[in-house]
Amino acid sequence: MNLYFRRRLVNTLSLTLSLAAMAFGLFWLLWILYTLLKNGLGGLSLSLFTQSTPAPGSPGGLANAILGSLTMAGAGTLIGTPIGILAGTYLAEFGERGWLAPATRFINDILLSAPSIVIGLFIYEAYVRHVGHFSGWAGALALSLLVIPVVVRTTENMLKLVPNTMREAAYALGAPQWKMVLSISLRAAKAGVLTGVLLAVARILGETAPLLFTALNNQFYSNMNQPMANLPVVIFQYAMSPYEDWHALAWAGSLLIGVFVLGLNIVARALVRNPSQH
Amino acid sequence: MTGLTPKLAVKKLDFYYGHFHALKNINLDIYEGKVTAFIGPSGCGKSTLLRTFNRMYGLYPKQRAEGEINMNGRNLLDSDVDLNMLRAKVGMVFQKPTPFPMSIYDNIAFGVKLYENLSKPDMDDRVEWALQKAALWNEAKDKLKQSGLGLSGGQQQRLCIARAVAVKPEVLLLDEPTSALDPISTAHIEELVHELKQDYTIAIVTHNMQQAARVSDYTAYMYLGELIEVGQTDGIFTTPQKKATEDYITGKFG
Amino acid sequence: MTPPQSQEQRLKRQRVQDRLFRGSTQFFAFLVLALLAGIIISLFIGAMPAIKHFGLGFITGTDWNPVTEQFGGWNSITGTLLSSFIALLIGVPVSFGIAIFLTELSPVWLRRPLGMAIELLAGVPSIIYGMWGLFVFAPWFADNIQPTLAEATVNIPLIGALFQGPPMGIGMFTAGLILSIMVIPFIASVMRDVFEIVPAMLKESAYGLGCTTWEVVWNVVLPYTKNGVIGGVMLGLGRALGETMAVTFVIGNAHSGISSLFDPATSIAATLANEFTEATGELHTASLIELGMLLFVITFVVLSLSKLLLLRLEKSEGSNT
Repeated sequence: MNLYFRRRLVNTLSLTLSLAAMAFGLFWLLWILYTLLKNGLGGLSLSLFTQSTPAPGSPGGLANAILGSLTMAGAGTLIGTPIGILAGTYLAEFGERGWLAPATRFINDILLSAPSIVIGLFIYEAYVRHVGHFSGWAGALALSLLVIPVVVRTTENMLKLVPNTMREAAYALGAPQWKMVLSISLRAAKAGVLTGVLLAVARILGETAPLLFTALNNQFYSNMNQPMANLPVVIFQYAMSPYEDWHALAWAGSLLIGVFVLGLNIVARALVRNPSQH
Repeated sequence: MTGLTPKLAVKKLDFYYGHFHALKNINLDIYEGKVTAFIGPSGCGKSTLLRTFNRMYGLYPKQRAEGEINMNGRNLLDSDVDLNMLRAKVGMVFQKPTPFPMSIYDNIAFGVKLYENLSKPDMDDRVEWALQKAALWNEAKDKLKQSGLGLSGGQQQRLCIARAVAVKPEVLLLDEPTSALDPISTAHIEELVHELKQDYTIAIVTHNMQQAARVSDYTAYMYLGELIEVGQTDGIFTTPQKKATEDYITGKFG
Repeated sequence: MTPPQSQEQRLKRQRVQDRLFRGSTQFFAFLVLALLAGIIISLFIGAMPAIKHFGLGFITGTDWNPVTEQFGGWNSITGTLLSSFIALLIGVPVSFGIAIFLTELSPVWLRRPLGMAIELLAGVPSIIYGMWGLFVFAPWFADNIQPTLAEATVNIPLIGALFQGPPMGIGMFTAGLILSIMVIPFIASVMRDVFEIVPAMLKESAYGLGCTTWEVVWNVVLPYTKNGVIGGVMLGLGRALGETMAVTFVIGNAHSGISSLFDPATSIAATLANEFTEATGELHTASLIELGMLLFVITFVVLSLSKLLLLRLEKSEGSNT
């Protein structure tokens, strides 16, 4: 009975620890969200969306940074998504034979988790250095490189979920392969692929590191050929500064990004759960 | 019974899944305007045989067929046969309904658009015609723009038949088309097969012997990749020539 | 019916379209491969001046001085490794606990929301971790935990030294702790996913022998999913190594070597984030790029190992069913 007692004790102890681990994880999430709301809500105001980033001590908002973030994230998504979908399609639909598909799959998974700051360095080396200045385009390019692996991954996974009988049914009507893939496979996988794109947008909206060496920052509105303001870098610079009002703006910006990113995550997950048929 | 012409003439057909010899020396004619049923226990190769008629197996790298299947004077196993064209001429309906993720109308128009440029009114006519043929028109005419996935299982299967019929193939392959359906839908589809054989050559695989007896003119019994016996359906069911066929039909095994 | 001539043309067109479509998807798949090669090559070229100037001494050099143009990456490299090590030390057991909770203990209706909460934790942008770490966690840590920890360990030989120094809140330990919070969701969700593939029959037969839940997890689930678990840990390690913003905010950005975990330090990513745009002179820039290249190589190796282990689990699972 002694042995049995000890086994029970070990079991109870370990399961309690597992419960504690779960609580530990949730604790941080709640603490971070609470902080974000508490410090961010105070800074929210209309001027946040209408005025540009200020010099210390003067009033201002984040309008140029918000616009810059959206522009670059939009451009990055537009560049990265088609590439990701086509590459993912190759892996799922044509990847049965040959070495290219397994190799691409492997490398893509590594790029998926590769340090984003290195992607920034790469664009600096390959683009910024040749053009001679930081720019919104460089930022968008760096972000697109973060979009590609996410979209490749989800596109392949979602296409693999399309039942093979659906493909056979299209072929049985005499459909050529491109037609089958575009109007049957990808169409059936649409909701899933869209989810991947949303997750990718969520990811790049919050990315700071790759923008540091590509888009840099700008105190004003700018076009894509100039250095461009963006929320994460503004937050970084303002947070590291000694000025209280900058800190407040940084918190407000963090809240904006947090709401955006978590919101997109939730929408994306809801899409997967009940994919609409069309 | 005059003017029996073979639509598909199968000669010395062998089929392999990798190293597995799935069909062994099959010789058989499928006659024009008739319904030929394939019966046999599961795994006997009847579906495999059907999938050689439109070379569906070609989608999978490890599957291959050797021998001849002649249609309209050509061996359709030849490597230079255009698969898309072949499949437009040899339609297929699968075990489970496979509606595409699009509207009922587009489901049917999809195949037609591949090989014909029809005006909008012509296409409307064709869609109606195909749905009529598949006995689905009355149920579907008010919801042509709705998703094909919203139909019941039996309706979905008739939609798939309409889709296959719409491209006006010469041969229609039915691979256990009722195995996933309820008895009422099954009856619908069997009636349909009767109707359709006026215009098409039909090959149907079924695990249901009564169904074969009800719908077919010719029946082929297969076992372990071999064609045991083939003949007029009446003959096969009343006076089978081979002991194995008789055993199977009378339920002694399988 | 359309005349045969145009039918012939249609078929020919289809074949060309098919080849074009296939070719273009293939091209972009290849592009993903080329991207990796491009990253390595361009970083190597960018780092060339530093590689030529310092040779292997770059890795072991502890001096980092832009004024004298003396650059050694040792402190950054060890900072990256050490902070990631701390992150795993805390993160792995916690993730393991969470995964057990989610697969074995939690009531079914709670699994989805809890799993989702953990995944949300993974979605929080790293800059928010940084803000929180710098403004909220570090001061709290300095006031409430650091003095206590230092006092409690001061008389323990060796370990005591790790927790001494002025309680500033920021430093190596804080960076590692925040990293651990960041990698927990990644590791926990991989672990949960691989635990879920253990065949129910296997677990049931162990329960049938009278095993406790813990014994089933330890003796059946864990051995069965060993490769997957290690793969998940490596994935988390890959994330931790390359994490930039959260670390940059709280690590203290000091290029001096550390004697205590409470000392400010730096990591490769933090050094890059702080200095790159302000780097003066070719050698400084090249040295930073060389650091980036080393970071990429380290994470590449770690992530490859992770991927290989996960693949092996997939394969052995495939052959079992």
